Amino acid sequence: MELDKDQTVMSEDKKPQDPNPRFACEGCSVLLDVNDGDRLVFARLSGGAILKIGNKNYSLKPLIGAPFGSLFQVETGEDGSFLSRIFPIKQENSSNNVMDDSRDNREIVDNNEAQNLTGEEIEAMRREGAKGDEIIEALIANSKTFDKKFQLSQEKYKLKKQKKYAPKLLLRRPFARSICEAYFKKYPARIGFLRVDALSLLLTMANVTAYSDVLVVDMVGGLVTGAVAERLGGTGYVCNTYKGSAPYPVEMVRMFNFSDKVLERIVQSSINELSSANTASPEGNNQQEGVCNAENNINETSSTSDIMVEEISATTEAGVVDIVVPESKVIKAAKAGAKASKETIEMWRENGFSSLIIAAQDQDPWSVAKDVLPLLSYSAPFVIYHQYLQPLATCMHKLQQGKMAINLQITEPWLREYQVLPSRSHPHMQMSSFGGYVLSGIRISTT
Amino acid sequence: MLPTESKKALSFKRYIEDGDLVIVYERHDVMKPVKVSKDAVLQNRFGVYKHSDWIGKPLGTKVFSNKGKFVYLLAPTPELWTLVLSHRTQILYIADISFVVMYLEVVPGCVVLESGTGSGSLSTSLARAVAPTGHVYSFDFHEQRAVSAREDFEKTGISSLVTVEVRDIQGEGFPEKLSGLADSVFLDLPQPWLAVPSAAKMLKQDGVLCSFSPCIEQVQRTCEVLRSDFIGKFSEIRTFEVLLRTYEVKEVKMDTSSMVGESHEEDNEGMRPCKRKHRSNEDVTVSQDNSSNATSVVMARPCSEARAVLAGYIAWRTVNSTPALFSDESLPAEAKDKQGLDYKRKMDDGLWTFVDMASGRYLWRNLKEMRENSQ
Repeated sequence: MELDKDQTVMSEDKKPQDPNPRFACEGCSVLLDVNDGDRLVFARLSGGAILKIGNKNYSLKPLIGAPFGSLFQVETGEDGSFLSRIFPIKQENSSNNVMDDSRDNREIVDNNEAQNLTGEEIEAMRREGAKGDEIIEALIANSKTFDKKFQLSQEKYKLKKQKKYAPKLLLRRPFARSICEAYFKKYPARIGFLRVDALSLLLTMANVTAYSDVLVVDMVGGLVTGAVAERLGGTGYVCNTYKGSAPYPVEMVRMFNFSDKVLERIVQSSINELSSANTASPEGNNQQEGVCNAENNINETSSTSDIMVEEISATTEAGVVDIVVPESKVIKAAKAGAKASKETIEMWRENGFSSLIIAAQDQDPWSVAKDVLPLLSYSAPFVIYHQYLQPLATCMHKLQQGKMAINLQITEPWLREYQVLPSRSHPHMQMSSFGGYVLSGIRISTT
Repeated sequence: MLPTESKKALSFKRYIEDGDLVIVYERHDVMKPVKVSKDAVLQNRFGVYKHSDWIGKPLGTKVFSNKGKFVYLLAPTPELWTLVLSHRTQILYIADISFVVMYLEVVPGCVVLESGTGSGSLSTSLARAVAPTGHVYSFDFHEQRAVSAREDFEKTGISSLVTVEVRDIQGEGFPEKLSGLADSVFLDLPQPWLAVPSAAKMLKQDGVLCSFSPCIEQVQRTCEVLRSDFIGKFSEIRTFEVLLRTYEVKEVKMDTSSMVGESHEEDNEGMRPCKRKHRSNEDVTVSQDNSSNATSVVMARPCSEARAVLAGYIAWRTVNSTPALFSDESLPAEAKDKQGLDYKRKMDDGLWTFVDMASGRYLWRNLKEMRENSQ
């Protein structure tokens, strides 16, 4: 192993430029995972940010400065309830004798009479400052049916109570993957039902890498643009293109916590500008106008999305969907989406784009593709995502007839998640059967 | 293979040069990598191709053989490379590769550890993801395969991004000098649970570990080790199965005449079952339509033979932040603690499993014993 290479890498790591930020700073966007994936909330950390868990509001201030991956728990003190950081202790793994456990639920009747403690008694305990774990112990002691349960059922019961009375909050960094998953669970229509594995397929098949120039038709709120920008890491360009005169909104880009270096690389330009032989209009006026319009567009959309923290939740045991109280100020206006400069457009005309991703909802893929494909270099890969199969089939057929591309393939990604626990491994109860279709190919010279 | 600041990998102005690696494309399932050399030729069923004809041509164009048949010359990408590389081991295909890279949260600048290297399929995609400032450290216990992998990385031009070392990760763990430096760790081993403790040491906080296994028993064992021994260190443990289904697209004649009141025998001569079968086997071109009631429709349906894609189970973990990493170093180091990672403090928190790396046996440390030693 070459020693100098290691040393270079190691010294690079000691530099402040960690590719992924490790600490949650003020003003950055975070993903809050309540109770191990039951509820996912995006938040922007500020002194005034609040999160509602159960029926109480908790300030998010303790989270500022904490490393990503920290776990927080609800505590009750003199000033009321607050979030405090906990360092988890190992719990005894008791699933060893499961096979010998012969208990089952034949005698357990679900008549709501199993628990002796009433709601008021529990609330009183909470007010007196009882810890969540203490409440759970009390619940178990007062349950008539607990001892009759099969061991694994007991564990399931305990976990359920923990989630309600001792909820935990995990501070996570938002990443293309977590943002996509969260949206797919709660608002899939906004991202055109683009599932995580489909998104990852788009990025790979389009050969997204540093120093590449990726052309994107993004009508899924900016998710694809953000994911591409993430993989570019501050080099190359991701150019959002559009028909007509107004770029499609890309407000999701703001959730990624991009540095300025990365944001600069996200630009936009209409199909007409990219295709036409000369940029007819003078540089000065149009550029400024374009930038103003783009920024206004972004600011407008950002002001609506800035107020509310995106509330995304899966089926929760708690069952309540809560809204986060708005923060007091707008933290930072996005700089993404600036108009591409004339020089850059010239460069793209000379070299062509190195790849293309189309995620255009409600648009016929062929009518989009036929306009943007000529902007690609020869031998450049492209991917077209669509919710429906038939339009892609037609598009593929036309591309074949026009001999514009080779290696054409329509793929449907399939994803299944499993629960893997001792004696309890099985696929998750719900599986997404639908994540869209992807048409991929390589552009070739038609001469 | 990868673009640099000064040189675009793909460009209208990029012409093939002597020494370039190109992918010769005959059909979607017949491709091969070729190093361009001005005196060399390529021979296939279409005839003879002189490399010298290729030099100076742009990529993505046709080149012709002496018999007038053509192939395409394409720029290499990690996807194409995965399809054409020589298999020394079973490899990962694009479905798993794309998913892994996404979930490992690899971005430019990251440091990624991988074991085993195998045939370098995933390594190539990882190199692309970390370029230009990151690095991939790849380990394989098979000396010959490590050599072949290094050669491949030279060929594809990514050897500055990937370092291959011969090492038995299951037996010895990852090298100490990489401790705490890895953003992500990927394991494709027969017994990944043996490598988990070492992987945990390598990872930065909030780093991601992924283990890929073809068998559910391996996944179960790995998940068990992670959950019971590293609670608080790993969170968000998830297991996935990933597959791709491909579709074939054909243009097919469909009889759209109404069922009532027409005799099918005369009108739709070409539509009898036996003839229809013949037609639908043709590729895309439409033949003459003599029946006014038939329309041509482009149809898609799943391929009857799925391409052999290894559907593996992928188990994910994220390393939580641990307080021990931030504690002061003034505590006396344990006799066994050679790495200086403050084991003592971590041990007070719970029961830890020590894996005797040399023999693969588990050594158990009792919590009580630890407390006694510290006093």
